[in-house]
Formats: sequence, structure tokens, C-alpha cells
Amino acid sequence: MTLTLQLGIIVGYLILALLIGLVAYRLTDRTAEDFYLASRTLGTIVLLFTTFATLLSAFTFFAGPNIAYAQGPEWVLVMGLMDGIIFAVLWYVIGYKQWLLGRQYDYVTLGEMLGDRFASRRLRGLVAGVSLLWLFPYVMLQQVGAGTALQALTEGAVPYAVGAGLITAFMILYVVVAGMRGIAWTDTLQGAFMLVTTWIALVWVLVAVGGPGSATSALASSEETAHFLSLGSDYYTAQWMLSTAITIGFGVAMFPQVNQRFFAAGSKTVLKRSFALWPILCVLLFVPSFMLGAWARGLDVAIPEGDNVLPAVLAEYTPVWFAALVIAGAMAAMMSSSDSMLLSGSSYFTRDLYRPFVEQSISERREDLLARVGVVLFATASFGASLVNPATLFELGDAAFSGFAQLALPVIVALYWRRTTRAGITAGILVSQAFYLSSLFLATVPSSYAGWTAGLVGMGLGLVVTVAVSLVTTPAADERRAIYFDGLGAD
Amino acid sequence: MRRLELAGWIVVAIVVSGLAIPWFLWGDATLVAGLPLWLWWHIGWMGLTSIVFWLFARRAWGIGIETNSGDSSPEQPPQSTTGGERP
Repeated sequence: MTLTLQLGIIVGYLILALLIGLVAYRLTDRTAEDFYLASRTLGTIVLLFTTFATLLSAFTFFAGPNIAYAQGPEWVLVMGLMDGIIFAVLWYVIGYKQWLLGRQYDYVTLGEMLGDRFASRRLRGLVAGVSLLWLFPYVMLQQVGAGTALQALTEGAVPYAVGAGLITAFMILYVVVAGMRGIAWTDTLQGAFMLVTTWIALVWVLVAVGGPGSATSALASSEETAHFLSLGSDYYTAQWMLSTAITIGFGVAMFPQVNQRFFAAGSKTVLKRSFALWPILCVLLFVPSFMLGAWARGLDVAIPEGDNVLPAVLAEYTPVWFAALVIAGAMAAMMSSSDSMLLSGSSYFTRDLYRPFVEQSISERREDLLARVGVVLFATASFGASLVNPATLFELGDAAFSGFAQLALPVIVALYWRRTTRAGITAGILVSQAFYLSSLFLATVPSSYAGWTAGLVGMGLGLVVTVAVSLVTTPAADERRAIYFDGLGAD
Repeated sequence: MRRLELAGWIVVAIVVSGLAIPWFLWGDATLVAGLPLWLWWHIGWMGLTSIVFWLFARRAWGIGIETNSGDSSPEQPPQSTTGGERP
């Protein structure tokens, strides 16, 4: 019964998503700009929720509550600072400037924007290459997650490879048909759905256990979890909380599917409204979701080793249909992040690698076609990798946020400091990436410096190298040094 | 004047980020209405942040980025001989 219900809900969601995709398809122009950016027309609610659903989805439902369950509710603070505040500030500092530049010069990707300013095809290719290096394994991890979840859900009736394959095939179909507009619309539905069901789940569980007071005192009365309620612990040190919030917050802004949304806003007003609503939206989702995870520790809920906390809690305290709905929603959320990543990965590949290096003159129609082919290639390759799930790729995917964070400071320097040179930003990106990758894979490079993570240290290194090399080099003659500064305005 | 305003907003951004985690309650386990006090602080602080962001969006949006607003003083100091596109 449960199984049929869960599969029914998942299939129902997929059909709904496809219908939305078809409506979006009817509205599209056959150009790459429309496919990737919905022709820069997204409104406040759609932009807000598509960014929200893309950013948070699967993690908020599964990994976040797991951390709160294992280590305590301080995770709410880390996520609130990272996503609610740091990312919002970058929304203005990086996002608004990118949006203005994108409108003025028709940029679709970050690499394109930098390559144009520094008159460097290589820099453009480097930014795209570095991004794909982190994005590819991250997409692979989503496929691994979806395959595993389907296998667990159906108790092996749908084997891992079949589950991951089905989901990949669906995503390809959906992204190729719908493009950015369809993805943004389903994300909106998804984001609103997540918010509402999380609150219903919270109320349901709290009513069942006698309110927040008794849920919390269950935590306080156990010796194992008594320290959960005081701020800070051996796990949540100040350095770790700050390192995590800063690296992930900056990393998010450089993640292709998030960064590209900076170009997609319909107007300045849309950006302004989304910016002001963002912290509230984050806290509204994080508090119930992670507190459920933390409270679960004090309740009598058996959570098998390696399983996710939230599904177990829901299964214990809410009716079968509701738990199934939330789990199906979370699975769909996993897909809604992946489809955006596929779309952005394809755009980085076609615009910043294929077009500049392989075929420079290309018609709009053909680029649109190529973009869709790119989605198929990217998804198929990452699906292939997910079947093998090599350790190196796993580690890269796991570290993707910090990897992307290494790009952020060189980009911000370039956006705000005229003296930045091509050599400076290239060196900044190369050195910080090399440092961070070594910290992951070489035993000789430590991953922690007096409690601060290698990700944060690498960001500092990237900043210093970008500025220092820019100071000692002169700009190349063909650099367009003024375009980030002169004549920028929305009206 | 515009520069002073920009510096002010940068300070605001740092304060808003810096106190999202109530460091002054480190180690504190006071409970209020079933939740730790530090969580209430965070919830209130995020609400306040939204209001601050809203004020920023209304009053100062574009500061440090837009350069073509006619009446404001030039963002670029006069010694900008290093900048500008080469002819």
C-alpha cells in the first residue's frame, strides 16, 4: 500500500512537471538565451522560489536534519548565516552587478562575462572548466542519491541502476523540452510545497509529542544530548561555524545554476524584492526542518544506521500518505536541483568551451540545438559515472561548495577593482584551485589551519594572489577595463 | 557623501552577518518557550535583517554599482589614469 502510494505520488509529480514543461515549451523562442535564461524575464516569486528550490531542496530535507540529529540544532545558525545573510549580500554584490552587465552585453555565463572584460578566451575556458570540474561530480552524487532512494523506497524492486537511469532519462527529457522557464516554474511549485509540508510536519509531530517544551526537555534529560541546548560544542566551534558558513555561502553564489539565475531576473524590482524576502524565507524553512532533526534525537524513533532522520520521524508520527507525500516531494526536489545543474552545465560547455574553441561562428538556432545536445551528453556521462561511483569523483562532489567558493573572491575583485589584470585573476583562480585540490588529495597539504578549513584559507589565498599579481603586472592592451564600471545603470 | 553612505552600508552588512550567530550567548542553555534563547535571537535577527535589506533596497539600491546616475558625485577618484578602455 505504502509503496504504491509513494510511487503513485512520484509518478504524479513527474507527469505534472512534464505538463508544466510542455506549457513552457510552447512559450519559448528557439534561441539559446531563451533556453538558458527564459529571455531574462523571471518575476519575483518565480526567481525567489527557483533559487530557493535549486539551492536547498534535497539537502534541507535529508542532510541538514541528519546533522542536527547527530550534532545538535546549531546547524540552524550556520545555514541561516550562510544562505540567509551571506548569500543575500552576494545577491547584491555579485548578482545585481552581473544582472546589469548581462543585460547590457548579453552575457549568459560567468565565464563569458569575465572573458569579455579580460579579452581572454583562455580565462573564459578556465572558469568554465573549473566549474564543470566541480559540477559534474556533484550532479553524479544527485543521481547516486536518487538511485539509492528509489531502491530503498521500493525495497529493491527497482534496482539502483534502473532507478538512476529512469530519473536521468526523465531529467533529460524535461530539461531538453522545458528549458529555464519550465524549470523555474516547477521549482516555484516545489519551493512552496516544501515550505508548507515542512510546517505541517512540524505541527503534526509537536502535537503528537506534547509541544516544543516537552520535545526539548526530552533532549535535556538525556546525558547524551544535554549539550545540544547550549550554544557551541566540540563539533560546532566558532572557527568551524564561520568557515562553513563563509565558504558555502560564497560557493553557492558561484555554483553555475545559482550564478546563472543572477542573469535571469526580469527587472531591478524583482531583484530588490527577492533580496529583502530572502532571509525570512530561509529562516522559515530552516527552523522547522532542522529542529525536527534535533528533536528526533530525544524521541523514541529508531533510525537505522545510514538512514535519513526526517523520513523516519514522519513515518513514526504522521499518517502514511503524508509521509509518502513529503518523501516524494524530497525526491522530486533532488531532481529539481539536478535539472538546473544540467542546464547550466550544458550552457558552460557549449558557450565557453565548444563555441570559443571549436566552432566560433554559429547561428542562434544551431546554438539552441547544441545546448540541448549538451544536456543529453552531460546527463549521460554523469549517469555513466554514477554507476561506477569512483572515489575521486565522490570526494570532488562532496567538496563542490568549497571548490566553487575559490572562484568567488577573484571574481569580486575583478568586478570592483579596475586595476585587476588578466594575469592577476588567472593566477588567483589557478593558485586557489590548486591549493584546495591539493588539500583534498595530497596528504602533505593539511585540510585545517588552527580550526579554519582549507576552503576558507584557499579563498584568502585566491584574494591575495589576484591582488598581488595584478599590482605587479600591466594590463594587456586589448583588455576592456572600463566595461564593468562605465555607464552601468538600470533605467 | 555617497562614499560615506557606502561605507555605512558596508558596516551594516558586516554587523548583520556578524551577529546572526549570537556569540555573546556562547555556552548558554537558557530555554524560552521550549526553544533555546540563542535560537530565538537568531529568528529575530533574521527578521530584522529582512527589514534592513528592505530599507537598503528602497533607499540605497545601486550604491557602489550603478555609475550613470546623473547627480551623484563621481565614483571614480581623479587619479584614475590607470583605468579606462584604451582607444
